[in-house]
Amino acid sequence: MRDVYILGVGTTRFGELWDSSLRQLASEAGLKAIMDAGIYAEDVHALYGANTSGGQFVDQEQVAALIADYSGITELNIPSIRIEAGSASGGAALLQAYLAVKSGQYDTVVVGGVEKMTDVPSDVANEIIGGSMDAEWETFFGATECSIAALIARRHEYEGAAKRKNYAIFPVIAHKHASMNDTSHFKNVIKIEDVMNASTVAEPLTVFDNAPISDGASAIVISADKKKIKDSPHPVRIKASSAANDFLSLHDRQKIDSFKAVKKSTKTALGLAGLELGKIDAFEIHDSYSIASLIQMEELMGKEAIRMSEGDEFYFNSSTPLNVSGGLKAHGNPLGTSGLYQAVEATIQLRGKAGQRQVKSPSNFLIHNMGGLGTTSVTTIIGVD
Amino acid sequence: MSEVPRFWRESRHRYRLVGTKCENCGTLYFPPRDICPTCRRESVGKMREEEMSGQGEVYSFTVVHDGLEQFRIQVPYVMALIKMKEGPLVTGQIVDCSPEDVKIGTKVTATLRKVRMEGKEGIIQYGYKFVID
Repeated sequence: MRDVYILGVGTTRFGELWDSSLRQLASEAGLKAIMDAGIYAEDVHALYGANTSGGQFVDQEQVAALIADYSGITELNIPSIRIEAGSASGGAALLQAYLAVKSGQYDTVVVGGVEKMTDVPSDVANEIIGGSMDAEWETFFGATECSIAALIARRHEYEGAAKRKNYAIFPVIAHKHASMNDTSHFKNVIKIEDVMNASTVAEPLTVFDNAPISDGASAIVISADKKKIKDSPHPVRIKASSAANDFLSLHDRQKIDSFKAVKKSTKTALGLAGLELGKIDAFEIHDSYSIASLIQMEELMGKEAIRMSEGDEFYFNSSTPLNVSGGLKAHGNPLGTSGLYQAVEATIQLRGKAGQRQVKSPSNFLIHNMGGLGTTSVTTIIGVD
Repeated sequence: MSEVPRFWRESRHRYRLVGTKCENCGTLYFPPRDICPTCRRESVGKMREEEMSGQGEVYSFTVVHDGLEQFRIQVPYVMALIKMKEGPLVTGQIVDCSPEDVKIGTKVTATLRKVRMEGKEGIIQYGYKFVID
């Protein structure tokens, strides 16, 4: 098995990008990644495309073939496969591509994620987002994904495990970081009162507890080609990637306010990387909902560590930098793209090129991408040698 | 627009809260499943349908203010996880009450209601909702 490096990264801006279609977003990100890697299309042996719901957002399936086509590489006839795992599609595509390169099947692969969400009205978009839940036993009865997050939050508070402010703080941190990132959907800074007093979506969660509906695409070039790695000015290594799953629905889990899959995928990834949690310098987690951030951090750091927290340690210049990109909450949440943007951010940070929001000389980033609320979990560790 | 069998096939489960019991370990599952996640292959052919009493208590709940289009007329509405007397957790609405009346631990009973309809010409779909005892 070979070492796999990220040689290039590319991303579009995230947000309501009225002027850009799905295919334009995807090819923009892919081209940027290839140029950043200093390679040419002829060097690419396969394309993995992450996309959660193209069939519903823009009536388009076989998205990876379309991306290859409109990126101008179809004449090369390379395999172009779409990976779907709900909002963990990006992380899942990264994992599959990593395994394919590590195994020796391909030397150099492009992994891209794209979601075009604003071609439908926001209420339709929310319905499509609900497509990752159980259609027959949750959404049928009127449950939205936010309402499921709210059920977790309510129970977690009831168990005495958290107070409202313990999870309302995460969007505040995300907006602060996003304000320093050029590609962010939102660049405004907010206060914890803004989160708690905003209009309610599903009690106790407000609009500020939810990640937005965003368009966007991100891509990375990964390779095990020794010459390309040597020629690369700033390769970073994928030290491990691992996935785990839990029951699709909350109602089938023994405990609704813990994410077993997060713990498992992270433990496995750390083991594969040969690293202790203490060696991780920064985290990008799946903050689709503020309460989801809290539960993920409890699984990662331990409940007691988090219970004492006021959140100060999570800023980019503090002890446990968290979602220094701005996260899904403020950098934006184009569903299938999220896991790939996490890898883009980790790479930029490890290269020391993150500007104002730069984490101080990081060696290892842990990124966690999640499908639904703890259903699919992909943990990837990216670092310098 | 969906075809009738999609809803008809689940009607007894949704109208009368019929789950499946694993005769190998004795656990009752709702929604119904063909394979017990604990006993796995040991459960094949041993999953038997069983109707629940409809009685339970609120395990967690939320008041939805921004809902799906088909439920918009109902907002704000209460979505809850109900811990059934027989064990399973069930996702459903609590109706005929003011949201302030719902607490974790509140005793509820299932009732048959119209759940949603696909436009003016689509199928009217029925199922359980819960009311406070």
